[in-house]
Amino acid sequence: MNDILSPPVSRAGLHEEPTANTVLQEIKATVGTATVENPKMQARNVDVHYGEKQAIFDVSLDIGNNEVVAMIGPSGCGKSTFLRCLNRMNDSIPSCRVSGEMSLDGEDLYGPDLDPVLLRARVGMVFQKPNPFAKSIYDNVAYGPRIHGLAGNRGELDEIVTESLKRAGLFDEVKDRLDAPGTGLSGGQQQRLCIARTIAVSPEVILMDEPCSALDPIATARIEELIDELRQNYAIAIVTHSMQQAARVSQRTAYFHLGKLVEVNDTNSVFTNPQHELTENYITGRFG
Amino acid sequence: MSVESSHTAAPAQPSPATAHVKAGLARRYAAEKRFRLYGIIAIGASLAFLAMLLISIVSKGLPAFSQTFIQLDVPLDIDTLDIDAETAEAVQEGSLPASELRRANYNGAIREALRERFPDVSGRSDRRALYKLVSTGAQYDLARIVMDDPSLLGQRQTLWLPTDDEIGALVKRGADLTQADTLSTRLDDKSIAWAADLDANNEFDVRFNTTFFKNGDSREPELAGIRAALVGSAYTLLITFLLSFPVAVASAIYLEEFAPQNRWTDLVEVNINNLAAVPSIVFGLLGLAVFINFFHLPRSAPVVGGIVLSLMTLPTIIISSRAALKSVPPSIREAARGLGASELQVVFHHVLPLAMPGILTGTIIGLAQALGETAPLLMIGMVAFIVDIPQGITDSATVLPVQVYLWADSPERAFTEKTSAAIMVLLAFLIVMNAVAVMLRKRFERRW
Repeated sequence: MNDILSPPVSRAGLHEEPTANTVLQEIKATVGTATVENPKMQARNVDVHYGEKQAIFDVSLDIGNNEVVAMIGPSGCGKSTFLRCLNRMNDSIPSCRVSGEMSLDGEDLYGPDLDPVLLRARVGMVFQKPNPFAKSIYDNVAYGPRIHGLAGNRGELDEIVTESLKRAGLFDEVKDRLDAPGTGLSGGQQQRLCIARTIAVSPEVILMDEPCSALDPIATARIEELIDELRQNYAIAIVTHSMQQAARVSQRTAYFHLGKLVEVNDTNSVFTNPQHELTENYITGRFG
Repeated sequence: MSVESSHTAAPAQPSPATAHVKAGLARRYAAEKRFRLYGIIAIGASLAFLAMLLISIVSKGLPAFSQTFIQLDVPLDIDTLDIDAETAEAVQEGSLPASELRRANYNGAIREALRERFPDVSGRSDRRALYKLVSTGAQYDLARIVMDDPSLLGQRQTLWLPTDDEIGALVKRGADLTQADTLSTRLDDKSIAWAADLDANNEFDVRFNTTFFKNGDSREPELAGIRAALVGSAYTLLITFLLSFPVAVASAIYLEEFAPQNRWTDLVEVNINNLAAVPSIVFGLLGLAVFINFFHLPRSAPVVGGIVLSLMTLPTIIISSRAALKSVPPSIREAARGLGASELQVVFHHVLPLAMPGILTGTIIGLAQALGETAPLLMIGMVAFIVDIPQGITDSATVLPVQVYLWADSPERAFTEKTSAAIMVLLAFLIVMNAVAVMLRKRFERRW
């Protein structure tokens, strides 16, 4: 288990440029605290392979209730892959193989009793690129409740849609044109529509895969505010390329490097006092 | 020469690299201009060929849409018509149905009218030539007129009746009939003289040819119509569409969205691609061997034609449907999956509607191909001479391209224009089909 702090890394090589080899040798175990009390989701010793290639090495991480966990790291470090494993989105990739344990409220995600459709209703996902359906704004939000039969009648459905749009901070902007196509909105509005669509299903966890990478700073600020509000009710895991964003929205931060979880700790300590040399190099902008 | 040197060089002095690029610019623009010219020439050439084709077809085919009528003063007395007085009276009173008059000698009445118009004509062969001014189908027109209104019996009526094809063509051409020579037609001098006489007295009239759209095929060009082939084509294509569209779309969805990637699906894929390249006559042979000889489906029927053509259309629709499904952005699938939609819901709620325009395009290409296909239909007997309009998918029928082929093969001169006219009808059919597809596509595209 990785819940014990690994011995502090020597600071001697701080100013050397790390090469791939030295990096691989250095990441022996995760630095920091990967577990929380009363976790919503748990991952233990997760390995992920794409065919022959291993993308994730022995990652253990908890996601707690009412907290935002940010996952940062250079491109190709496996943070998105890990996130997608949390609601089995990788199932559709035939060559993808997941081993280790992952659970939601103690229920094995990859166990025989778990239905991926049900899992995805409980663990919602917001994607990097806003991807509204080619339907009206109303139908976009109503789609999830409709397929799961969450609304008994039209009135209830209306209420779910309005409530979700309000919580996503989009309602005031679109209340007069709920019949307009969702694809006609601006990028930031589309992303908030996608968030509204996700929370309309009343999930327990929301996974966000770089939700702001296609947005301008103003839209980003709105989404970040929204994430902070959503934290009151959901467990949230967010993958981001922006360290400022991670620092702003998250309570805990996990730093991935080449498929390994290097360090995970309180966001504050990760950014002010990184324990691992690689983390420090990354957050100070030395590479990545 | 190095690029770095440009950083240190004075700004007025272009670097060697810039000079090199500049020197090559003229050549690059010339190449671009040349290429545009080639494109314009290519488009111009294809437009010219298309225009030539259309002009030749339309100019040849237009006369087929008009028909020449001759004005005759027809005696409708019961003696000439050879009806007994009792029957005539009974029909007029309504105690017998008008169909009782079907067997009357209408031809006799027309001949009597012609003899009265040209009283000088005597002798067997001359009279026979005279009778030939009027179409052999005129008696059926006359019969219909009399049966529609039995009160006409016993009166003389001035009627417009269709002429024979040779005379009709001569009049339609609008040439001066007194100058016409026998070389340009199969008519003899006397017939031309009669025609000139009739023309001088305005006893010819050229009208829109409704016969062409009402009748099936006939040995007489002036009676031959496109209706049977048109209806046959419609039935055949309906069967083709009903069979190939659902089967092809279902196969495409399964192969693209659900099938595992293994040797079997690879094999199926290769076979589908090969199927698209099989000569169409092979499908005809298969239809003959399997559907007619083994399953004993009726010969020359749209049902067999439709099945054979749908075999031919399937790979086209499958291939284009798969391409359309593949082009739906994966983000849409992920979005739906992320909300907890099952695979089937992902496909039917999101992927299929977005792929529909592409699928419809493929379908219309496949159906257009099927509409123009002759070879496989020859093998299953749809090349028959069909006079009756098919009433259902198991009746004997022919299709438009086969009708074109049959008429192109006929010796009578008037069939030349019929051939072109049939091609025009075929093209119109195609345009209507495409228009429907475009409309459907627009409807689906609006949902983006």
